[in-house]
Amino acid sequence: MTEYNSYETVIGLEVHVELHTASKIFCGCSTSFGAPPNTHTCPICLGHPGVLPVLNRQAVEYAMKAAMALNCTVADISKFDRKNYFYPDSPKAYQISQFDQPIGENGWIDIEVNGETKRIGITRLHLEEDAGKLTHVEGGFASLVDFNRVGTPLVEIVSEPDLRTPEEAKAYLEKLRAIMQYCDVSDVKMEEGSLRCDANISLRPWGQEKFGTRAELKNMNSFRGVQRGLEYEQMRQADILDGGGTVVQETRRWDDSQGKTFSMRGKEESHDYRYFPDPDLVRLLIDNEWKERVRASIPELPDARQARYTSEYGLPAYDAGVITSSKKLADFFEESLAYTNDAKSVSNWIMGDLLAYLNQTGKEIDGVAITGQGLGEMIGLLEKGTISGKIAKTVFKEMLESGKLPQQIVEEQGLVQISDEGAIQSIVEKVVTANPQSVEDYRAGKEKAIGFLVGQVMKESRGKANPGLVNKLLTDYLNR
Amino acid sequence: MNITIRDVEHVAGLARLEFTESEKGQFAQQLSAILAYADKLGELDTTDVEPTSHVLPVTNVMREDQVRGSVSNETALLNAPDEEDGQFKVPAVLE
Amino acid sequence: MALFDKRLQDVHNELAAGKLSAAELTDASFKRIAETDGKIGAFLTLNEESARARAAGLDRDAGAEKGLLHALPAGIKDNIVTKGLRTTCASQFLSNYNPIYDSTAASKLRDAGAVTIGKLNMDEFAMGGSNENSSFHPVRNPWNTDYVPGGSSGGSAASVAAGQVYFALGSDTGGSIRQPASYCGVVGLKPTYGLVSRFGLVAFASSLDAIGPLTKNVEDSAYVLQAIAGHDGMDSTSANVAIPDYVSALTGDVKGLRIGVPKEYMGQGIDPKVKEAVLAALKVYEGLGATWEEVSLPHTEYAVATYYLLASSEASSNLARFDGVRYGVRADNPDNLIDLYRKSRSQGFGDEVKRRIMLGTYALSSGYYDAYYLKAQKVRTLIKRDFDQAFENFDLLLGPTAPTPAFRIGEQIGDPLTMYLNDIVTIPVSLAGVPAISVPCGFADGLPVGLQLIGKAFDEATVLRAAHAFEQHTDHHKARPQL
Repeated sequence: MTEYNSYETVIGLEVHVELHTASKIFCGCSTSFGAPPNTHTCPICLGHPGVLPVLNRQAVEYAMKAAMALNCTVADISKFDRKNYFYPDSPKAYQISQFDQPIGENGWIDIEVNGETKRIGITRLHLEEDAGKLTHVEGGFASLVDFNRVGTPLVEIVSEPDLRTPEEAKAYLEKLRAIMQYCDVSDVKMEEGSLRCDANISLRPWGQEKFGTRAELKNMNSFRGVQRGLEYEQMRQADILDGGGTVVQETRRWDDSQGKTFSMRGKEESHDYRYFPDPDLVRLLIDNEWKERVRASIPELPDARQARYTSEYGLPAYDAGVITSSKKLADFFEESLAYTNDAKSVSNWIMGDLLAYLNQTGKEIDGVAITGQGLGEMIGLLEKGTISGKIAKTVFKEMLESGKLPQQIVEEQGLVQISDEGAIQSIVEKVVTANPQSVEDYRAGKEKAIGFLVGQVMKESRGKANPGLVNKLLTDYLNR
Repeated sequence: MNITIRDVEHVAGLARLEFTESEKGQFAQQLSAILAYADKLGELDTTDVEPTSHVLPVTNVMREDQVRGSVSNETALLNAPDEEDGQFKVPAVLE
Repeated sequence: MALFDKRLQDVHNELAAGKLSAAELTDASFKRIAETDGKIGAFLTLNEESARARAAGLDRDAGAEKGLLHALPAGIKDNIVTKGLRTTCASQFLSNYNPIYDSTAASKLRDAGAVTIGKLNMDEFAMGGSNENSSFHPVRNPWNTDYVPGGSSGGSAASVAAGQVYFALGSDTGGSIRQPASYCGVVGLKPTYGLVSRFGLVAFASSLDAIGPLTKNVEDSAYVLQAIAGHDGMDSTSANVAIPDYVSALTGDVKGLRIGVPKEYMGQGIDPKVKEAVLAALKVYEGLGATWEEVSLPHTEYAVATYYLLASSEASSNLARFDGVRYGVRADNPDNLIDLYRKSRSQGFGDEVKRRIMLGTYALSSGYYDAYYLKAQKVRTLIKRDFDQAFENFDLLLGPTAPTPAFRIGEQIGDPLTMYLNDIVTIPVSLAGVPAISVPCGFADGLPVGLQLIGKAFDEATVLRAAHAFEQHTDHHKARPQL
């Protein structure tokens, strides 16, 4: 096995984010996902002779918003350029993109890996149009083209080569997704392609300043895929360098099922995109008033929320980081706090039972029925002693599935805790009578035996007996 | 500017055109003549001159984000040289 | 008097009085085409069935409000997209193209009541100045069928000159309306860039392309411009300006008008007979109370090179969409995708189109962008400044439309550079984006000569007024070719 840690890895990511405007960037076709092929197209996005693009204002404002949230400087003057290349998913044989005057430049975001914060530079953010979708048929001898997606507005976010490990790359991508989600500019779903990631990765001996030769990695379609692809590529390049070889600068495709990257050499010729300003579009002048109006629409971002959760609610930084990594999760957290003051308890339930359930089912918080109100009120019932911790777990599970409020679940299923001393006393007596051996053990000094007896009482009460009372009454009885 | 056969082949590759050998020679000669004529522009000092990409001082032309009707699948494919399952069909992208 | 020689207002009066019908006008158009088009080849596609149905519809709805161009038979250059009516740009590549939408210009013509007779021949993708680059058949000059009609709107100019249609639409990128108008003895107006929507005009050079009318006289030109001008939300480069009443601007009064005559337009390379006709025109203006002076547009000699670099660069990108995937003629049995692109494009495009694509691709390619494309954009700034400065002192600039009258078919083919230099006096105007009109101002060796009047941006009213005043005091525009 190769020692790849004899090299320093250098990674930069190019991330494409689809902006969730209602209509396409240069025409009025819908951007909605999943329609039958070629039903969301028109002469403009099909690139018919004579058509012209007209820019969608919302796409520009989303791009500005995203740029600002990534701490970019938003351009005063921006323009669109044509990137010329032939490909069947590109109807005009050029993509309208931005070359030298992008919407945003020189930004950064902070990521946290192994408890340490690291600042990752963002070179630029530019606005462009998405391509259509190709499906290969006839054993790869033909392709079918669906142009529904063509013209969906995209921002391309290019990072500086500041990332040093695949974990950092994954953390960066997750942070980027969270920020886009908070800004509400995209659905950022990797599985639907509204978030896509390419990577440049190279290795260099520790201490060397010059970057090594890089490979461009494509087709990493999940967060895990990004990390795995980069890990594989890191090993592959280290192997080559260890063997005295040289890494070839090329584009490589990650194959998730095989867990390997493959060269796309020969299938991609050298490009000369012949960028030039698109004469069909006019310049954008972005004045301060416009910038401020857009800036005002940016909500509190994940870093700020995380800081607030630690200072205001005393959450551990890690927990606050996990909860704020998803806007929906953080919103759920805050909704719960409208119904209870015990933020730590809310956090614990989220970090524990909720995330376990989401991981297990592969769902997101908006895919389950539980509400913040439900969790908040359930914590209230726990505090009042109406339900036990054990019952709470049952109630929580029921809330995840049905979305009912805890009071209703407790009533419907008769889960209210028994705190009536007389009722518990009679169960205690029954259990003690039925288990003379345990009683004897206890009295002989085996204090552990009480655990078994408590369990039996709880079982007899079908979990509803107040565990504190059971303990007290049982101890009193045995010590009599 | 002297355009060689190799230049013609390179540019033809970018433009997705193909030529016979004699056409290549002819294009090399004609493009050389046109570019030699264009080299005339080099006589002008344009150091502080802004390029003109639009003659009109128009900026910030945008439309509102509203969905307008798309065309039917049938219309989209009306002129398609080849189609299958409501999609445009082309030979393999990967060779 | 031939039906189409009548003044527009007279035609409309006769229609209103029931002395004439839209059906008769349409009929006259097709009849004249049947008689003459075998000789001149102006049309690529006839719209006979639809045109007759539309004319009948207009006659039926006699009570409905009449548009500005009510019932007038119109020809449309074949690079202006017409829904359901084959649009080829005179290219084999688009020989089967059935448009799924309408250009703004075509829909405005329909709104104004015009009847589309058919689609007019042109140089392929508007590239050329002789109409010899049509991939179907050349157009011949109605004044002498051994001569070219000019181009690229040669079909439009020839059709109007031959009396086949009441008026035609053309497009002008570097002179493609004005030069054929000059060669064919008709009136051709290139409006200010952005005055008429480009939506649906198949792009040649997006920063230069303009749609405009070709007519028998200036008054018709004003009417047609009135119908097609105006802001269009479908074209980001469309100007949002108030549209004046062009017809009422035709007062006949040019007293005090200050005319500049660019010395570069009257110098070397200008045929003496053309120069003579232009000088005679200046005498007419003097007689009407206008004044004139020589002026210099010092960067004129750089305009042709600038134009060919910019227009070809834009064209190389604009024509990339003709790849054989979504429409157009796909080559048979391609080996693979790249082969499909190469064969479809190489078989579908003619030599001149390929030449410009090659030139433009080269000018934009890595390592040459700054030296050619960017340099040309900067020189374009200098050329535009020449005009800005001239218009500080003059209301109008005047010169010939073309250095010579029409040349013989075949005479200049194979010598692209010489052909390009025919546009030396129309190209600078296109680069500056200002309006210009060509009006008949005489004959040289039996072929028409055109006078070019150039105005300030969006001042079509002054251009039309001056052209109209000239026309009122001369008879050149009344001459008709014998066919």
